[in-house]
Amino acid sequence: MLQEISLFPVLLSLKVASFSTLAALVLGVGAARLLARKRSAASSVLDVLCTLPMVLPPTVLGYYLILLFGRSGLLGPAMQSMGLQLMFSWQGAVTAATVVIFPLVYRSARAALEQVDVSLEQAARTLGAPEWKVFFYVTLPLASRSILSGAMLAFARGMGEFGATLMIAGNIPGKTKTLALAIYDAFQAGNDELASMLVLVTSAICATILVAAERLLGRRHA
Amino acid sequence: MIAIAARSTLRHGRSSFTLDIDFASEASRLVLFGASGSGKTLTLQMIAGLARPDSGRIVLDDSVLFDSTSGIDLPPQQRGVGYLFQQYALFPHMSLRENLAFALRSRYGLVASLSDFFAEKTRCFPEVNAVMERLEIAYLADRLPNQLSGGQKQRAALARALLTKPRVLLLDEPFAALDPLLRIRMRRSMDDFLKECGIPLIMITHDPEDVDMFADDLALYSRGRILRMERDFHNRRLFAQDTLSCLADLAEAEDDHARPHGFDDV
Repeated sequence: MLQEISLFPVLLSLKVASFSTLAALVLGVGAARLLARKRSAASSVLDVLCTLPMVLPPTVLGYYLILLFGRSGLLGPAMQSMGLQLMFSWQGAVTAATVVIFPLVYRSARAALEQVDVSLEQAARTLGAPEWKVFFYVTLPLASRSILSGAMLAFARGMGEFGATLMIAGNIPGKTKTLALAIYDAFQAGNDELASMLVLVTSAICATILVAAERLLGRRHA
Repeated sequence: MIAIAARSTLRHGRSSFTLDIDFASEASRLVLFGASGSGKTLTLQMIAGLARPDSGRIVLDDSVLFDSTSGIDLPPQQRGVGYLFQQYALFPHMSLRENLAFALRSRYGLVASLSDFFAEKTRCFPEVNAVMERLEIAYLADRLPNQLSGGQKQRAALARALLTKPRVLLLDEPFAALDPLLRIRMRRSMDDFLKECGIPLIMITHDPEDVDMFADDLALYSRGRILRMERDFHNRRLFAQDTLSCLADLAEAEDDHARPHGFDDV
């Protein structure tokens, strides 16, 4: 029975979650930096847009992504001419997962950045530090632990992404079949042993990440 | 030394606070005195470029820092102003030495910053060592701010602010966070040290003892306005007790009802 279990879905899910967490970290922290401490109407609209993927059904997100990156989508043809094919590829799965987990990173990063004492940033400015330096030397290091724990939650969520991934990347064995998709397949095919095996693996990985994230946050409060 | 005219209205829910000041001082030591919430900190932040007046003009020595009519608004990085924050604002993730070195490194561009990052962390700047020696905090160089006492933190913050060679030092309630005994000692040693440096200063305080020790010129604040401007105050040596009773009179005349606007930190 063990030979039946291919490690591929596990490794693919880890790869997709890693890349999408990195992408969401860069984008989410960037967006948080732009919107932190802003109270204008425009920034409220952007804040809603950045949070929306958290509440929308993943299939809706998948649909939007197809409108953007599909073969006849807005950006699809341009990207195809550059040799980038998101549809039915692991890069597509990364894109889908990035959009789904982006709000988790964005929201924890925004809260973390806003928690940093303003007078520390002001002190850096009066000492002559330009804005990029204030951010990378003062604000970001002080917010990093909360941001990192948000990123770990995002990673755990990305491990199990199903809906949007299915719509963008499909369910191609050995190519885009991630853990969540493999579980669904195994269950549909009546292969309960394989399904429960994969379910246990997924649960163990996600639980480990959550414990680590909790530890990371807990140390700060200690 | 400083000429400032500024108007600013802050809103907080349904209450609002209006600052409307216009004064100039040629003294090398100017003290802004008044109750908390009277606009002293806001004034200091405007001079440093950390708060923006709705309208007005701020001139330090011969350079215009802010002028709403001609659209001049220098960023804090270019104002050449040192700021000693009330809670010291030492970077908690850097050692005392790194905190001081930040003042010198802050102006590095991207390339210098990167090469600095990969160079040895313990690289020393002679200026940093010198000022640490002078303020007797050299033996604390590798401690983090949360391992320092209040007085040590204050000396560290003072050293850091002076390393950028500012044209004027702004001090926000410098002794308020210290316990009373230490406050007397720190006040005296800071007075000595700043005289030795010869740096002009603008200090805000609600402690009459600070006025006695530091004020050449004195601006009395009340509810966002300058109530009175006293020149050559140090020659008159108004004692702290007199200041207090004088203040009580002023408060009775001016602040007879509770402050309605609800701003504590302006």
